[in-house]
Amino acid sequence: MSATSPSEQPAHTPPAENLSIQNLSVSLRGRDVFRDVSFDIQPGEFVGLLGPNGAGKTTLMRAALGLIAAKGNSSLAALTAADRAHAVAWMPQAREIAWPIAVERLVALGRLPHLPQGARLTPQDQAKVDQAIDQMGLQPMRHRAASRLSGGEQARVLIARALAQDTPLLMADEPAAGLDPAHQIATMEIFARLAQEGRSAFVSLHDLGLAARHCTRLILMGDHGVLADGPPDTVLTPDLMAQAFGISVWHQQTAQGPVFQPLEVL
Amino acid sequence: MAMLTTCVVVLFGLSLGVGPAEVNWRDSFAALVDDSYGPLTLVMREIRLPRALLAAVIGAGLGLAGAALQGYLRNPLAEPGLIGVSAAAALGAVVALNTGLAAAMLFGLPLAALAGALVAVFLVLLLAGPQGGSLTLILAGIAISAMASALTSLVLNLSPNPFAASEIVFWMMGSLADRSLVHLAIALPFVGGGAVILLRLGRGLDALTLGEDAAQTMGINLSRLRLLLVLGTASIVGGATAVAGAIGFIGLVVPHILRPFVGGQPSRLLWASALGGAVMLQLADLAVRLILPDRDLKLGVVTALVGAPLFLHLIYKTRRGQV
Repeated sequence: MSATSPSEQPAHTPPAENLSIQNLSVSLRGRDVFRDVSFDIQPGEFVGLLGPNGAGKTTLMRAALGLIAAKGNSSLAALTAADRAHAVAWMPQAREIAWPIAVERLVALGRLPHLPQGARLTPQDQAKVDQAIDQMGLQPMRHRAASRLSGGEQARVLIARALAQDTPLLMADEPAAGLDPAHQIATMEIFARLAQEGRSAFVSLHDLGLAARHCTRLILMGDHGVLADGPPDTVLTPDLMAQAFGISVWHQQTAQGPVFQPLEVL
Repeated sequence: MAMLTTCVVVLFGLSLGVGPAEVNWRDSFAALVDDSYGPLTLVMREIRLPRALLAAVIGAGLGLAGAALQGYLRNPLAEPGLIGVSAAAALGAVVALNTGLAAAMLFGLPLAALAGALVAVFLVLLLAGPQGGSLTLILAGIAISAMASALTSLVLNLSPNPFAASEIVFWMMGSLADRSLVHLAIALPFVGGGAVILLRLGRGLDALTLGEDAAQTMGINLSRLRLLLVLGTASIVGGATAVAGAIGFIGLVVPHILRPFVGGQPSRLLWASALGGAVMLQLADLAVRLILPDRDLKLGVVTALVGAPLFLHLIYKTRRGQV
């Protein structure tokens, strides 16, 4: 480990990629979920992970993190738990908040990996927490018990928690699900801004329209592997959409940016 | 926190001052430090002091163990007494007493209780699992409690000991009556050791609020956390049960009452519950002595009378998803 912590210099990333996966394979109960998946995520990328239900999006992300056993290599799975906590923040799909903790304290949990045992938040830590709370628009509810908020509000609190961890890579499993349109767009813009700042985001999505407008790159899963990997235009093609989801689509470059709309089930 | 600490100290004083020997307060406390009071010094040092100290130590341990278990299982219904850990520790103690193990080696009694508690905590974690719902947890607890109680009764049933029936009552209900400083010396290392382990788990328990996956990616080593939790809980419950029998519900009631005051955060609940546990067990022990001084009311009965209704209330709330 270098002496400088990632929290102080997010743009300064000596290893080229924030995540590197080679020939990753996972089989659960004798069934291959996916085989030989390889890709790298570079600083500055906002990668959307697409695929139908059961294609293995969550499994791929958890295997990349080293949370489940997998064959092949993942740069994150090779780290110790403590080092990994400085390399990646993870927002699981299950939005679990076990106790009625105030929103600001829950977001502050994201600073845990940066604090020595038993230490209190420093002013810098508090600033990161406040920034995350602001970014997710949680200021009005910062003193309320997080477990009593609505589902969408809880999701925003958990995204803020991951933002507060302040890592070079942020991974989230369907962070936009259950958010209202304004917060969906705001959330995607926050991830895009992280990427512009030289970090990266790796996010699974079901909303193809959001993926088309905000992601810099898409990875499409299906048939036990990666069907396509590249800029949104090369992935959201009618052929690939028909193959992966069995739908027809409408996809145009407009004056307001790319617009993507699923049309019919084929 | 400051209030809880004050309560512990005040109750400790009260506990020292209350007893069947009618003496005034000033004399009691003077006798504690001064040898010249003869029998009163003996009463204070050999009867009341151990009892008051044990109530504080065991109460603190049980409160802490309850808070830690609840934090780990993310379930407000977890409690060493309720999930069978205390009963299994009592079984270990009874086996040690009846096989002569307790007489054969210095720490035979608490070690056997600790072994019983270890097995029970391990079984509960295995059966209910960390994501296990309330239902599996409680079912696992019922099964382990029933098994341990049945085996305890069996051992006492078969033993040639003519006082077996009263022994069963003692181990099932718990009591602090007639304990000496020797008992304190037996319990203290185990309760203290377990407390040191559990108090260091706050950070991991905080992270677990967000679920296992999130906690792991926040740098928490879950298998190490689980191991330390099992060892710490078993050590506290084993040590406490070896000298006081099974005392239930402290670990359920105390964290539940204190949770809103610490903002729900598991790490802060650990310390608060330790203090709160000491307060509650001292109160219960005072109640035992004040309400029916000549009928030998069992401590576990009082804590259960307070705790069981709250447990029902909690189940009701859990069912409606409001905890």
